[in-house]
Amino acid sequence: MAARIQVPAEARRGEVIEIRLLVRHPMETGYRVNERGQTIARNAIRTLTCTYNGVEVFRAELSPGIAANPYLQFTTVAESSGTLEFVWVDDAGERAVERAAIRVVE
Amino acid sequence: MRLRAALAAALLATLPAAADERPIPPHALRSGSAFLGAALRAQQDDEFANPGMLWVERGAQLWRAAAGAQRRSCADCHGEAAQSMAGVAARHPVIDGASGRLLNLADRIVECRVERQGAARPAWESDELLALVAFVARQSRGLPLAPSIAGAARPHFEAGRALYRQRIGQMNLACTHCHDANWGRTLYAERISQGHPTAFPAYRLEWQTLGSLERRIRACFSGVRAEMLPYGAPEHRDLELYLAWRAGGLPVESPGVRR
Repeated sequence: MAARIQVPAEARRGEVIEIRLLVRHPMETGYRVNERGQTIARNAIRTLTCTYNGVEVFRAELSPGIAANPYLQFTTVAESSGTLEFVWVDDAGERAVERAAIRVVE
Repeated sequence: MRLRAALAAALLATLPAAADERPIPPHALRSGSAFLGAALRAQQDDEFANPGMLWVERGAQLWRAAAGAQRRSCADCHGEAAQSMAGVAARHPVIDGASGRLLNLADRIVECRVERQGAARPAWESDELLALVAFVARQSRGLPLAPSIAGAARPHFEAGRALYRQRIGQMNLACTHCHDANWGRTLYAERISQGHPTAFPAYRLEWQTLGSLERRIRACFSGVRAEMLPYGAPEHRDLELYLAWRAGGLPVESPGVRR
């Protein structure tokens, strides 16, 4: 699984920062059939979390009603330099981890 | 019925008489994005949120990755795509000097993959092929479409134009009936575009993925209840050349976002 992640490289302490995420995922609904008429198994991202230096700052529960390649956007407060870690898990049990660094200045 | 036949005759009578007169004059050309809602236009223009960029990024990785028996990457021959591939998508489909065949960008990349890199033939609409086409086409973004219809390309252009005007399928419609005579009006809930190829490969919401112009053309064939031609059919290439000429001057938008 791959994703595009946009986190400001640098922010002031206390600044509200915008985080954008475009995850590559088919978000299979489980209702579609292939060329042979067999049902394609449901495979959607179920949970996606973002932790900032170990503290959870964002959590989303997705469902098969959400389009393929979901786009998420949220904000958090820049507190200290470190890492934002994004983790998502799908129905197939695949777990993806992506990280982005942020530098916080006074 | 008689009224309908008379209308159809009137429509056909409005077709250009002069050989190379454009069905839609340059000043009236409008990109497919002009027929979208504001939200989709914004999504296409947003470098980050445009889902087609997922394929462009993958294509950039593939461009630099050694592939096939030759262990050679695209970059080994072509260098930096930003220089070597700028404008390439705006010229295709183009006659291949060696084989004399009319090739679109995907054909060109397939040929490189197989002949020069010794790699397995990428399947039509595979992620690998779409990623490379999207990445290469991205290097021409904003450049005006300017394919050549001279010389050996001429018969292909004529064949493409003939197919564009040929009534097909149970609906008995030609491309021209929607995209020249009725663009801007609605078909069911959709606004009919002028049928320009500038956004492709494009991310279509209906597909939930990136797809080629060829896939889009097949969708129109299906829409008029005509038999769909297989991927790689020469008729598609002829039509792609005619469409590119017809849209000449419009900027390349790949990867576009469409309904």
